[in-house]
Amino acid sequence: MRALDYRRPESAQEAVELVSSHPGARYLAGGSNLVDHLKLGVAAPDVLVDVSRLPLDDVEEVEGEDGAVLRIGANVRNSDLAAHPVVRSRFPVVARATLAGASGQIRNQATTAGNLLQRTRCVYFQDVTTACNKRKPGTGCSALGGYARYNAILGASAHCVTTHPSDLAVGLAAVDATVVVLGVEGERRIRLEDLHRLPGDRPEADTTLAASDLITAVELPMVDTDTRSTYAKVRDRASFAFALVSVAATLRMEGDRVGEVRIAWGGVAHKPWRARRAEAALTGGGIEEDAVRAAVDEELATATTDDGTAYKVAMVRNTTTMTLLRLAGEVRR
Amino acid sequence: MTEQRTRGIAPRSIGTSLDRVDGPEKVTGLAAYAVEHGADEGVSAPLSVWLVTSTIAKGRVSRVDPSRALAHPGVTAVLDHTNAPRLEQTDNGELAILQDDRVGFRGQVVALVLAETSEAAREGAALVEVSYEPEPHEAELREDNATYKPDKVNPAMETDTDEGDVDAALASAPVLVEQTYRTPYEHNNPLEPHATVAWWAEHEGREVLSMFDSTQGVHGVVQALAPMLGLEPDQVRVRAPYVGGGFGSKGEAHAHVMATVLAAQTTGGRPVRLAVTRQQMFSLTGYRTATISHMRLGAGADGRLTAIEHAVQEQTSVVREFAEQTASPTRMLYAAPHRRTSHRLARLDVAVPSWMRAPGEMPGMFAHEVAMDELAVACGLDPIVLRERNEPDLDPETGKPFNDRRLVECLRRGAERFGWADRPPEPRARLDGDWWIGTGVASATYPAMKQPGNTARVTSLEGGRYEVAIGSVDIGTGARTVLTQIAADALDVAPTDVELAIADSLLPSASVAGGSSGTSSWGSAIVAAAQLFRADHGAVPAPGLHTTASAADDPASEAYAFHSFGAVFAEARVNRWTGEVRVPRLHGVYSVGRVINPRTARSQLVGGLVMGLSAALFEESHRDPRFGHVVTQDLATYHVASHADVLDVDAEWLEESDEAFTPMGSRGIGEIGIVGTAAAVANATFHATGTRVRSLPLTADHFLE
Repeated sequence: MRALDYRRPESAQEAVELVSSHPGARYLAGGSNLVDHLKLGVAAPDVLVDVSRLPLDDVEEVEGEDGAVLRIGANVRNSDLAAHPVVRSRFPVVARATLAGASGQIRNQATTAGNLLQRTRCVYFQDVTTACNKRKPGTGCSALGGYARYNAILGASAHCVTTHPSDLAVGLAAVDATVVVLGVEGERRIRLEDLHRLPGDRPEADTTLAASDLITAVELPMVDTDTRSTYAKVRDRASFAFALVSVAATLRMEGDRVGEVRIAWGGVAHKPWRARRAEAALTGGGIEEDAVRAAVDEELATATTDDGTAYKVAMVRNTTTMTLLRLAGEVRR
Repeated sequence: MTEQRTRGIAPRSIGTSLDRVDGPEKVTGLAAYAVEHGADEGVSAPLSVWLVTSTIAKGRVSRVDPSRALAHPGVTAVLDHTNAPRLEQTDNGELAILQDDRVGFRGQVVALVLAETSEAAREGAALVEVSYEPEPHEAELREDNATYKPDKVNPAMETDTDEGDVDAALASAPVLVEQTYRTPYEHNNPLEPHATVAWWAEHEGREVLSMFDSTQGVHGVVQALAPMLGLEPDQVRVRAPYVGGGFGSKGEAHAHVMATVLAAQTTGGRPVRLAVTRQQMFSLTGYRTATISHMRLGAGADGRLTAIEHAVQEQTSVVREFAEQTASPTRMLYAAPHRRTSHRLARLDVAVPSWMRAPGEMPGMFAHEVAMDELAVACGLDPIVLRERNEPDLDPETGKPFNDRRLVECLRRGAERFGWADRPPEPRARLDGDWWIGTGVASATYPAMKQPGNTARVTSLEGGRYEVAIGSVDIGTGARTVLTQIAADALDVAPTDVELAIADSLLPSASVAGGSSGTSSWGSAIVAAAQLFRADHGAVPAPGLHTTASAADDPASEAYAFHSFGAVFAEARVNRWTGEVRVPRLHGVYSVGRVINPRTARSQLVGGLVMGLSAALFEESHRDPRFGHVVTQDLATYHVASHADVLDVDAEWLEESDEAFTPMGSRGIGEIGIVGTAAAVANATFHATGTRVRSLPLTADHFLE
């Protein structure tokens, strides 16, 4: 057995100090991903800094710099997040994305911040007998030319073609969430959209965070009550499977015209993919099937596929169309 | 031991849903599975063993450096091909591990680490440094490399059959269906991973090997291991009181069993235990080969088949041959004067394939029954009418009369229950919201099998009670319960007066829990022993008397072909946007002889239907041919049906009793539920969407528009 040190800091500040002073230290929250990695040999930290008991588990409306936000503590369990009345009523896309992930048991265990920081389920990343640039930089990417069903079609690089597995992150990307981070130099805020990164030539870095950065909360700007939102996830079975493709969308209509639409995709890239070109194409127009398809195709202009991923183009186009038509239908009702 | 002709028994407990006799032990956690046995059963202070497996697909092990592993706290030994105990026989390439430096597939056992704890053994295994001389390998099944003709297919069937003039009949057939169907690699994945405990001792001057093993047959393990170890069978004792499923993957001993035994040989008598990880199960404990079925059906415009050809391509392992009998059901299912079947294999540098629930019938009937659906469309016939028109008078394979062929009754009964008559004949006719809806049907069949080599012992106890002993294993099916019922009825006593002793190779011999043959084989032996006991000792015997007997073959039964039949009906919904497939209804109707226990029988049949649904929609082991191993090697990436996928699944059966086959009237139910199910679902998705998918699984990408 590989011995490791286990610490349980009293405060977020102490946690950050612990991890910043131990190069081999990792934060432990719900553990639903990291513990797998310990067993598989994917991760081998010297110190686990358990932040799961820090009092970061409130969901509350607070006044932020740019108006009211719903602040969700980093340790709010996925189950509690999905069940929270304000999340359910004002941010259905977030509640539904959360419920679309994992299983009931895992959602009881997994935390909000941990969900965002879970790592890819690429089968080669999790198999230490194969090369993987994300797990061991410079060794090569086995997913290129390999099992591709879950690979990216947008923003991939020659070094990594995997996708980010979180549903919640996709839902949060669609509501312009902000992540509150405590680092060695104090607290800062990062747009959720800027939290995860594309692989480029550093696929080992999933996010823009430093190792000792600790997410303490996620903030959602409060939305107008006339904004509708939802999350659609396409997967290989009805439950407990990662997205082949997922769509998070919010829609506010002004009469028959799109006042504001926000679209984020999962299962297509190394990060939640905010489809801003499609949003721009749709804003001010109507939500008709052809218009949505055309807008999606504009966004997908840079998509690259292979035999394993070619299906995703039609799947994301269809699923986005289905989702926006449904939202538009809700608005009309 | 005597061979006893059996008579049919009057059902009293048989036919009732007796509660599982081991239910309380299981739900309270008292039932001890393989690695859970303690010192009171001889397993004191066991060492743990962990497998080190190859990271190349073919070549040689050039060096095993155990030094870092041995330096790890708790690690006691590292065994490799240079220092492992030698075997007397090595012709079983799967079991003869650590005997030389050859690597035959990725994931093969190349070293063992023994340690005081499983954690230390696991870390030790990660620290063993193995160097290889790799050689080019071939790990991909293709049409151009599956050309090798095996001498036989599983278990001992003809590789090819050819009757009449198939080519001429196909050339002149008014209607021709010629298509290729594919099924993927699948892994059995029982809930309890394979696990073994072993220890060596000396008894009266002889070596004795004792084991607890998660196996479908304790005697089979003895027979496989004893000659390889240079032991007589009575020097090996194997017990398997509780087994958490097998689905065929525990039907034969795999390499981990030998690994445990070899490790235990080096510990001076200290027990050794090994639990295979879920990931290791994808290379070490068997799987179903992928199959390619080239089907040609020739028929008249009325749908009557004139020719059937089923040419199969699949794969085996160079390490040990296993040839799945994929075309076997095609040989007996429908009437046609001209018929041909064949099996060709690719011999690959891959893990050893083996039995998985209904080997042969499951992939073969997917191909045949989707082809029949295509023929029905081509002829403009209802699929049930087509099947009725092709009912044979005699078994097409043997020319014998069927003892009881009730396929058409199953189809008609199922059609009535399912509401088949309301079905629009054209595909793509019903849209409900975003979902295309369709229905499909397929036939099911499975041979009724009894295995030789079954013996039971009946002993009278105090108070009118009886011990009934046979070394069979209950792998979770309910065998312990139904054998109790059979024994009770055969002795004409209450089930509570029977003490059933099973799952120990010291007991009278029993065949494997496989081929849907367990209840028939073991039950017939129990009836034989019970009836002979009554003949010898009467209705009120003194305690302590015993009789051991086997069931004699009934020569009259040689005149018949014995098969079970069924009909599976599926409703599929296919999302018009996403292509996702859901199956809200799946109903099976079966003719399986007399049902011994409706509760456990329903569980077997519904379980088979669920496994067939899972194969239809989800299951696929993706082997990466560049590396040679399955990369979807856990239950997050190898998808089986989740609860949310299993909706209205139901099974019923025709009331019947087949006493020509067994004195209980039963024929076996373990496998038929998975047969035809994937075809029924595939046919339903065609009916829903108009898109014909000829390969499994039926994933969303096939149906995107």
